[in-house]
Amino acid sequence: MFGTYLLRELTHRRKQTAIIAIGMALAIALVIIVNSVAAGVRDAQAGVLASVYGVGTDVTVSRAPEAPAQGDGQSGPPAFDFGAADGQAADGSTTLAQERLNAARGTATFDAAALDTVLGVDSVSAATATLALQNTSFSGQIPTRDAASTDGSAPAGPPAGGADGAGGSSFNVDSFTVEGIDVAGAAVGPLTAATLADGRTFTAADAGSDVVVLDSDYATSADLAVGGTLSIGGADFEIIGLVASGGSNSYIPLDVAQALSGLDGQVSSIYVQAGSSSDVPQVQADIEAALPDATVSTQADLAASVSGSLSTASGLVSNLGTWLSVLVLAAAILIAILFTISGVTRRTREFGTLKAIGWSNRRIVGQVAGESLVQGAIGGVLGVAAGLVGILVVNLVAPTLTASATAQQTAGFGGQRPGGFGGAGPQAAAATTDITLHAPVTAAVILIAVGLAILGGILAGAVGGWRAARLRPAEALRSAA
Amino acid sequence: MYELKNVTKRYEQSRRTITALDDVTLSIPDGQLVAIQGPTGGGKSTLLQMLGALERPTKGSVTLGTAELATLPDSALAGIRAREVGFVFQGFNLIPTLTAQENVETALEPLRLPSAQRRSRAAAALASVGLGDRASHRPAELSGGQQQRVAIARALVKEPDVLLADEPTGSLDEETRDEIMDLLEGIWRDRGLTLIVVTHDSAVAKRAQRRLHIKQGRLTEKK
Repeated sequence: MFGTYLLRELTHRRKQTAIIAIGMALAIALVIIVNSVAAGVRDAQAGVLASVYGVGTDVTVSRAPEAPAQGDGQSGPPAFDFGAADGQAADGSTTLAQERLNAARGTATFDAAALDTVLGVDSVSAATATLALQNTSFSGQIPTRDAASTDGSAPAGPPAGGADGAGGSSFNVDSFTVEGIDVAGAAVGPLTAATLADGRTFTAADAGSDVVVLDSDYATSADLAVGGTLSIGGADFEIIGLVASGGSNSYIPLDVAQALSGLDGQVSSIYVQAGSSSDVPQVQADIEAALPDATVSTQADLAASVSGSLSTASGLVSNLGTWLSVLVLAAAILIAILFTISGVTRRTREFGTLKAIGWSNRRIVGQVAGESLVQGAIGGVLGVAAGLVGILVVNLVAPTLTASATAQQTAGFGGQRPGGFGGAGPQAAAATTDITLHAPVTAAVILIAVGLAILGGILAGAVGGWRAARLRPAEALRSAA
Repeated sequence: MYELKNVTKRYEQSRRTITALDDVTLSIPDGQLVAIQGPTGGGKSTLLQMLGALERPTKGSVTLGTAELATLPDSALAGIRAREVGFVFQGFNLIPTLTAQENVETALEPLRLPSAQRRSRAAAALASVGLGDRASHRPAELSGGQQQRVAIARALVKEPDVLLADEPTGSLDEETRDEIMDLLEGIWRDRGLTLIVVTHDSAVAKRAQRRLHIKQGRLTEKK
């Protein structure tokens, strides 16, 4: 009887059933899509952060760069100074070349002893220090003194020499990022998330050696391969491996990086792993107390450093998407409640009659609640289907998001572009990476969505049932007479 | 057997107190056919609802058999309505979405019978009012007289001791009125139940063994 009555009521009031189910379906579909896209954005952010900071990093320690002092060659852009006798002259042209290995733009170095301080903090399970550098090379051709007048008088003959043989000059400036890392296999650090593409990664035996591991994207763009050599800071490094890191362009042993850059005993970042996630706030506070000049960032702070359309998408999903879902869900439940109350009011005589022939309040409340529950469940099923279609569309479209991280935290997320000028300042030190958004579907999201639909149905049924239970049979019959 | 002693029923309506029944004392033996007449608003329907365990008196006592309806909890009153009392209403009060068969079955729902037994009893009840071939029809597909027959089948299917009819022919034409009254009278005679009919219609009232008149809540016996 319950099922027959319920089915007849729902099919008889198709319009009401459809409105409630569609409203609920819309809300559920939104909840599913927003949740899945949010999970996709979170995964993308986690991927970006892992590629920059490595797996398992809970806290990073760095120092904010200071404004360059007057005449401070280390802090400003790399300077290339050539004497009158520098270069190699041939065929009326002088070829000049210099290479600099400096601290990466937008970073500041500090005493490596900070690592010991960090390791001494309670609940720190692992920590490693890195030194973010930038290798900048200058090369070019200028006319020799014989070919170009330098005293301001007009040349005796037509211009000659130089890059074009007619007195012209040609320069090339190339730069890439270099990160000095602990080669002893630290539990945290930039390479813990990297995937080996070719060759090998570092071993403890590589300390003090001129060996380099390259980011595979950089190696491809610079036409470099395992077994080849790469000049860093004027020294030739053997390429021992390629990794898909998404971080620095190249990695070399920390001690070699410090020696080549003239930054002995200096580091630019410390990657810290806490004993547990609940220890992170305390670890952050303890490090800040132990190193008052340091900038101590947690994963949440690091996530805030990711910008670009990924950040915009994250903001949209977490703010607009969530609120839209909540609003639509609330509206759907409200519509369901109002329709149920309206239905109970319209069926006053019906419920009065049923009470008169002996139906208990409980039985009538069950009938009303059952009808609402089924309407909510229909909405839930439709909503899950619509949500899955929406997610399928998102994944088919596969929107590409860009993610950027500023160089303040690292040596340059994504690496600086080869052939550039090494960045014109802290802002330019930010690099972008394209990430394809994938919205995952999880059973938990589906269950939550269906649960919300059923909850909506139960709420509407409870309110409607309460109204029906309050009807006194004599009054119900009297009001309908 | 009904026993009403000094029953008073008052309603609060818009800050006014309305006395629907005023010190009514009444005894109705089992198996009697009683007609209750009176002007609109005189208390006829209130008295019927009191007899049907739909209302409790403000004062006094209402006894059906051994049950004191004035003091029983709602659940017990619902049980009495489910087993012992059948209702027939002027507007038929059928559920529009259910078929005739299903409407009759609603009266058996509180008795928790097996579905097969419920179906067979409902079918038999419909057949007994001459609507065996209309079981699958919805109320909208039936005439007024047929709808009232379905309502009578619904009231009878649980085999009650008492049948209460509130203006059962009020919405019907004269011919159909007579058919319905013939049917009710036949059922009363065959089954020996107590039939109490509220009516404005003197032709209907004349069929009763006993006629009561109620005006301004006061009950008088018509000879």
